[in-house]
Amino acid sequence: MFRNSLRLLGIAALGAAIGLPVSASADGEVNVYSARQENLIKPLLDDFTRDTGITVNLLTGRADELLQRLRLEGRNSPADVLITVDAGNLHQAKEAEVLSPVDSPVLNERIPENFRDVDGHWYGLSLRARPIMYNKDTVDPSELSTYEALTDPKWRGRICIRSSSNIYNQSLVASMIASNGTEATSEWAEGLVANFARPPQGGDTDQIRAAAAGVCDIAIANTYYLGGMLAGDDPEQRAVAEQIGVFFPNQDGRGTHVNISGAGVTAHAPNPGNGVQLIEYLTGEEAQRWYAEVNQEYPVRPEVPTSETLQSLGDFKADSLNLSLLGQYNAEAVRIMDRAGWR
Amino acid sequence: MITEAASQPAQAPRSWLPGRLARPGIWQITAVTVALVLALPVLVIFAHVFIPSGEVWSHLRETMLGEYVANSLLLLFGVGVGVLVIGVPVAWLVSVCEFPGRRVFQWALMLPLAMPAYIIAYTYTGMLDFAGPVQTLFRELTGLGFGEYWFPEIRSLTGAMLMLTLVLYPYVYLLTRAAFLEQSVCVLEVSRTLGSGPYASFLRVALPLARPAVIAGLTLALMEVLADYGTVAYFGIPTFTTGIFRTWYGLADPAAAAQLAAVLLSFVFVLILLERWSRMRARFHHTSSRYSNLPRYRLRGWKASAAVAACLLPVLLGFLIPAMQLSIWAVRTREHWMNPDFAQLVFNTFYLAAMAAAIAVTLALVLAYARRMQGGPITAIAVRVAGLGYAVPGTVIAIGVMLPFAWFDNTFDSLMRDWLGISTGLLLSGTLFALLFAYVVRFLAVSLQTVEAGLGKIKPSMDDAARSLGVRPLGTLTRVHLPIMRGTLLTALLLVFVDVLKELPATLILRPFDFNTLAVRAFELAGDERLAESSSAALAIVLVGLLPVILLSLTIERSRPGQRQRMRRRNGDSARTEPIAVPAGTRGA
Repeated sequence: MFRNSLRLLGIAALGAAIGLPVSASADGEVNVYSARQENLIKPLLDDFTRDTGITVNLLTGRADELLQRLRLEGRNSPADVLITVDAGNLHQAKEAEVLSPVDSPVLNERIPENFRDVDGHWYGLSLRARPIMYNKDTVDPSELSTYEALTDPKWRGRICIRSSSNIYNQSLVASMIASNGTEATSEWAEGLVANFARPPQGGDTDQIRAAAAGVCDIAIANTYYLGGMLAGDDPEQRAVAEQIGVFFPNQDGRGTHVNISGAGVTAHAPNPGNGVQLIEYLTGEEAQRWYAEVNQEYPVRPEVPTSETLQSLGDFKADSLNLSLLGQYNAEAVRIMDRAGWR
Repeated sequence: MITEAASQPAQAPRSWLPGRLARPGIWQITAVTVALVLALPVLVIFAHVFIPSGEVWSHLRETMLGEYVANSLLLLFGVGVGVLVIGVPVAWLVSVCEFPGRRVFQWALMLPLAMPAYIIAYTYTGMLDFAGPVQTLFRELTGLGFGEYWFPEIRSLTGAMLMLTLVLYPYVYLLTRAAFLEQSVCVLEVSRTLGSGPYASFLRVALPLARPAVIAGLTLALMEVLADYGTVAYFGIPTFTTGIFRTWYGLADPAAAAQLAAVLLSFVFVLILLERWSRMRARFHHTSSRYSNLPRYRLRGWKASAAVAACLLPVLLGFLIPAMQLSIWAVRTREHWMNPDFAQLVFNTFYLAAMAAAIAVTLALVLAYARRMQGGPITAIAVRVAGLGYAVPGTVIAIGVMLPFAWFDNTFDSLMRDWLGISTGLLLSGTLFALLFAYVVRFLAVSLQTVEAGLGKIKPSMDDAARSLGVRPLGTLTRVHLPIMRGTLLTALLLVFVDVLKELPATLILRPFDFNTLAVRAFELAGDERLAESSSAALAIVLVGLLPVILLSLTIERSRPGQRQRMRRRNGDSARTEPIAVPAGTRGA
């Protein structure tokens, strides 16, 4: 009996696997590859379907891997839109020729120039800053000035930051290469590593918690992590976050490092029109406000107000660097961090 | 009662030509074909080795390579010692001793298997971190502040060893216990009539007999260690897997990443060679078919307490504590997950895991049996290569699957466009078939190791007897081996099932549109540092994994020779001599 059931299962497995249809793309559909995780994009996609009648099929995953898949699927790829949470990935997608240029007056008008691709291969959807966060009890914000100044020996053993395998750190270092050059950035990375309170570990939230707990005095983390802790419904998290102050560095110079989440229409999109429509929808006022309220990100459109929590962190001048450069310098950034011993 | 059987497997069917290689039999051809197809993804990745990447490779050698090697080796060593120290003794305790709670422990000890390594790592970090509840309570009690007391750092190499040991020891436990249960009581009785005490019987008879199973379990655990990404990445420990990711994507050099993967694979080869070598000297088979229920050693006093503690500790640390923490978080975040979507997730996960387990075990049986029937170097190598996928990180396997599938799809599509003017689109890429294929590639070794260990314990004279009675090889398999190996097969099914349940990287990248699993959901939230919100999905993985763990555990127990009579009698422990069990037509040949 066991043998038979085994055999049956095997046959059923093969039958079901082969018989399952490949995602077809009929009219009235748009297929999305998204590095933005499901619960931070699905509600918006559902709204889009409700408003336009266009069905959205979603595949979430890590940006690098979605890009790889897109590249391998080539002209038969079912994907219409690629969404990532880092400009570096979008630049790589453009370089890999898996995105097509979009000429949308709506998008060009809504999105500031430095947050979209020159040729319209991708457009920013939301912004996040990576400022310096400090423990209010042990650090006076007047001691802080720039990212560069964090290599000062007075910060020895006082800085927490996550692993250099993380794309946010890679982009931060890439932005420094873009403005200060490779050599200066190498020296900076070595100086920063010398000031680490502990070997890099955990995610951005862990750095914030460590700073609050006194493991270190300074953490470098993305704004929405702190925003999420402050705006969330967990009193313990809120208490931790309230011990932390935010300092936006480089205000007298190029500005604080920012990054975008963004989207582009794929090179072989079966439904390019729907793809453009979706991206336009995601830059609409309603969607922009959603990013701010639900995920504590800055809207990419300057005229859309941010959330109250983010406003409480203060206004700042963002680095106006063309974000394509983040992708261009990514590999160089990883090498610099490897050599500096930034794990 | 132990013989050193001929080192050759059972004789191949008689052929007109002498020699094994002269005329490959159907089993051999099938095995080599299956193995080649399954090895494809690994070979595709391996082929990248020949693409030059001199510059990045020398950068790696100068900077990180030494650390990758050192950390991976240390991790292997630590986890290896850990899983043996936990897995073997508890397997012996629950198999042959009697102490309070033994019946519960024999399945409870498998529970950590359902716990994904990265989830247990996140959970313990949340609890033991400086800002976590344990240290906060400690500070409140003692009034000490940061730096004024010593507390073990969970996010360290030692921490990673502990986490991986806690979730991987069940491999050793399961396989070793199955081996103990299948041991003939005669062997142990003889050792006892010859004056061996319980410890001597264990060390000198039972353990050597179970060695293939112990080593198989250890090999599985170690391969899992090599493929682990989630835990080491979260703890910030540079190992081969994190290095492969970083090189592939961060340094944008697939060739150098593949070369790292090749070094990783060479580790696996060494592991496999060691395993072969350890088995080379002797093959043990029971010559007796007299199986009967083993009288258990009844433990009393401090010995019983020690046994309970030894069994309780791994269950507590590897399952109960993290599961409790997850439950607390899940209750706190219930409004985030109590919706119909969640049922769909559970169904998807269960369905994939069951399918993959059935396919993997069937193929493992074909391969292992082919080796037994028509062994020889080619089959042996083919079978080994087919099992390599287990030590390769899921993402790498996924890319190895995508490359040939996409190539096939696009080539076929081009041909069809040229000839018939129609587009066939993607036939294989992005289907569940691709995903199941990846699972089988990744987890075949689990079923293969288990099935081989089980098959290896069936003495070749059984085959000879069946064959001399005119049964063909397939008949021997279905009528002799399968019934004897029932417990082994169920173990193999269970292991693959639970592994697929937890599998993340390949699922993430290969799955079709709008198709999620529990692991994907847990990862998306945990990866975004919403640990509490990921807890419901993580807990569901554990719960879905629990049901088969318990069911199969009972079946494995029942599959023990002589056990059926015992079940009828209900007081097997006091009976020193049980009637000899001879299930229909299989034993006593």
